[in-house]
Amino acid sequence: MGATHVTKATTEQSSLATYTTGFILSLVLTLGAYFSVTQHLFNGSILVVAIVSMALLQFFVQLFFFLHLGREKGTRWNLILVSFMMTVVLIVVFGSLWIMHNLDYHMQLTPEEQDNYMQIQNQKGF
Amino acid sequence: MSLKQTADIEKVSFGFWVYLMTDLVLFATLFATFAVLRNNTFGGPGGHELFKLPYVLTETLLLLTSSYTSGLMLLSAHRGKKQAVLFWLGVTFLLGAAFVGMELSEFHHLAVEGNSWRRSGFLSAFFTLVGTHGLHITVGLLWMAVLGFQLAKKGLVHSTIKRLTLLSLFWHFLDIVWIFIFTIVYLKGTL
Amino acid sequence: MNNLAANWLLGRLTLGDFKHDLIQMGGVLAMVFGVLAVIAGMTYFKKWRWLWDNWLTSLDPKKIGIMYIAVAFVMLLRGIGDATLLRTQQALSSGTNHGILPSDQFQQIFSAHGTIMIFFVAMGLMFGLINLVVPLMIGARDVAFPFLNSVSFWLFAAGMVLVNLSLIVGQFAATGWLAYPPLSELAYSPGVGVDYWIWALQIAGIGSLLSGVNFFVTIIKMRAPGMNLMRMPIFIWSVLGSMSLVMFAFPILTATLTMLALDRTLGMHFFTSVGGGDPMMYINLIWAWGHPEVYILVLPAFGIYSEVVATYSRKRLFGYTSMVWALASIVALSFLVWLHHFFTMGAGANVNAFFGIMTAVIAIPTGVKVFNWLFTMFRGRITFATPMLWFLGFIVTFTIGGAAGVLMSIPAIDFQVHNSLFLVAHFHTMIVGGVVFGYFAGFTYWFPKIFGFRLNERLGTYAFRCWLIGFTLAFTPLYILGLMGATRRLDHYDASLGWQGLFVVAGIGVLIILMGIGFQILQMGYSIWKRHETIDTTGDPWDGRTLEWSVPSPAPSYNFAVIPEVTDRDAWWAIKQAKPIAPPTYEDIELPKNTPFGMYIAAGAFAVGFGFVWHIWWLAAAGLLGALTMIIIRSTDDDTEVTITAEQVAADQAAYAKRRQT
Repeated sequence: MGATHVTKATTEQSSLATYTTGFILSLVLTLGAYFSVTQHLFNGSILVVAIVSMALLQFFVQLFFFLHLGREKGTRWNLILVSFMMTVVLIVVFGSLWIMHNLDYHMQLTPEEQDNYMQIQNQKGF
Repeated sequence: MSLKQTADIEKVSFGFWVYLMTDLVLFATLFATFAVLRNNTFGGPGGHELFKLPYVLTETLLLLTSSYTSGLMLLSAHRGKKQAVLFWLGVTFLLGAAFVGMELSEFHHLAVEGNSWRRSGFLSAFFTLVGTHGLHITVGLLWMAVLGFQLAKKGLVHSTIKRLTLLSLFWHFLDIVWIFIFTIVYLKGTL
Repeated sequence: MNNLAANWLLGRLTLGDFKHDLIQMGGVLAMVFGVLAVIAGMTYFKKWRWLWDNWLTSLDPKKIGIMYIAVAFVMLLRGIGDATLLRTQQALSSGTNHGILPSDQFQQIFSAHGTIMIFFVAMGLMFGLINLVVPLMIGARDVAFPFLNSVSFWLFAAGMVLVNLSLIVGQFAATGWLAYPPLSELAYSPGVGVDYWIWALQIAGIGSLLSGVNFFVTIIKMRAPGMNLMRMPIFIWSVLGSMSLVMFAFPILTATLTMLALDRTLGMHFFTSVGGGDPMMYINLIWAWGHPEVYILVLPAFGIYSEVVATYSRKRLFGYTSMVWALASIVALSFLVWLHHFFTMGAGANVNAFFGIMTAVIAIPTGVKVFNWLFTMFRGRITFATPMLWFLGFIVTFTIGGAAGVLMSIPAIDFQVHNSLFLVAHFHTMIVGGVVFGYFAGFTYWFPKIFGFRLNERLGTYAFRCWLIGFTLAFTPLYILGLMGATRRLDHYDASLGWQGLFVVAGIGVLIILMGIGFQILQMGYSIWKRHETIDTTGDPWDGRTLEWSVPSPAPSYNFAVIPEVTDRDAWWAIKQAKPIAPPTYEDIELPKNTPFGMYIAAGAFAVGFGFVWHIWWLAAAGLLGALTMIIIRSTDDDTEVTITAEQVAADQAAYAKRRQT
């Protein structure tokens, strides 16, 4: 009885520690991304990679510390679903970007055609 | 709690998790559209002109903190401490309400300046993505209000603990979505 | 009432919206009289209480499944009516003859035809059969979330009502079943048609999404003890695959429909041709949903074939593991092919090549399944019952249509036949030969389990023959016409093209399909009339292999008196071969109570949809508020279960045993 009582208390303690650790890490990553941009800590595409990486990191931090994914036993299906979801998300987002970029490239108007089009739209009142 | 009740909470939590995965795909679609339309400003202003980063940081910190306090709320529930639950629920609610208030103010500001969702594809995508998140937050606030009422009346019973579990799942996920809105819409949008 | 008040109260709804021309009026009258006849019959036979208590408020997935199928069948009549009108128009409208339909109506009819068939017939039959069978087959008493299941059905029904209402008041979309912008935007479709389309699909789509979650969790969490994943029947695997697709594809539809609605209602610029909108993004997103959707429809049909072939060949299904891998591959791949629906719309060679290759690849796992079915039949002792006939019809039809699909997976070829009748023939072959035949097979196969008697075999055979011959006659000409250059959605063509003969043949095909439906209706009526001749006394009329055949027919509300222990694939077959076990001890069983709240929530959703369509904003707001209120009220209900005592269960089982001996 005493043993379970101690175990319960330790799990509770570790839960508070878990949430607090997650909070602090998330705070650090949020501020890190923020100041990277406002203080221009990196250049060009490196900056973009940096803030996206920090976002992904914070995503995993919150999955682990707030949502206990991978920590508790019996979360196997949850993990499988998150993986499947991320795969679909990546396909939809990057697939769309690839396709639409490709379409833009192959279907772009010449400067005259663009000019013409804008004039017609202006006449229509847009 | 009986074995049957624990199994029930586990089943419902899993189902809700599954639902949240689908909600993330919904957000992904809106993200994809925002990404594709990010430069379609139709001669109007883009993110660089419109977004106020310090303001957005404040919103972000409010929401992040509320995600933390929702975790504390659930911890209190597991420890059977009803008053603590109601306290943390209230704090989470207030932080969330402040977030929504700031967001509505931001939207209002943009709209009266002539930069509403009708202005361009970019702005349509912006308002819809961020607005959908805000709508989810609002639903969460309503949920908190109703649940707070039920907690006050029935205390920490099977049904209310179950709903607290789902609510905290929901709230954590909304903060996760916000991480990406903060980074890709606002931070990246000003570059 | 002055204009302003009328605007506020009725939005843009006017009396003129009820006015229709002759053919539309015919449809309206048929529908209205049908509904009135049902109402009259219900009142005369005093069945309203019975309907409310036993069906409308029921949370029993078997009941909900029947309601899905009933709605689907009614919509099948409307969809085939549309098809008949289309075929008639195209058979007549050559040269100086312009047929019976004006262009705008023709466009509404083919749009309604596609929308109804996919969203309300195919999805309805699918969810209907899934509701009927899945809990029984996995040894469970119910689905994971019974109330949510009811909400899903009623949302489906609300969508159905919206589509049918569009015939009576207003109009339907004239944009095709996927409503591409810019045509579907406000500038080019200012009327209510597209809005009806959006909201019917949005509401029904949310129902589907919730069902996807529900059945996914049901299969993962509620299988009988001993039924690990690799002991599940292949039908269950196929439903698991389909529900995975539902869960991850339907949110794309929800988001895309929302964006189109926002364009139309709030003046946004997602897909408009001005203001920085990008119509191609709609096409991209709608097909990112649309392709998984067709696999959502066909996978459970494949699963049904697996069960049917094994049962009627009296043999274990060949290649279980490869079947599972084939299903998993199809699920994964179906998210990687969607661009093949718009090869011709501007992408470069590298993008087209990637999607072309993936499309060709996805045909492979289906081929694996076809061979496995054939190998199952090999050296089996085959009974050519109606379900088996549907399967054989499928094998022939689907293989041909599938080959056409692989042909079109090559972009260069697709450039020739995109949006031609060749394409139309291909996808109808897939959906009718694959999906519809499969669900017909499943309906006949599982009918005795739900109703306690078998359907008449002879009439079933006649129905099948008419469908097969009719379908072949209706669509073979379309393959040829497509290769000759005929595009889809034509309401008139030049006489010099020499196409009319083929269109006439296609028209005859539709008439024969109508005969097939006639036989199906006759079969239902006759079988009910003569049900004492085909009573299923044992619960196992086909000497089946899976758990649903271990319970009496009709299945009791709690499915299993005692949850079975599973030791093998083909769980029931194994139990039958094993030594009989000691009689079980019964326990109290808890089942969900009936409740009308699913209906109420959907009624709120319907009001939202109708309000948005007609710009009756107060109605939309009231609907939303109402739905939310109903959800909150339901959440306060702590008394949601009813107990069936052990004594009651024992009494049931004793009665069944007695009946089996007679």
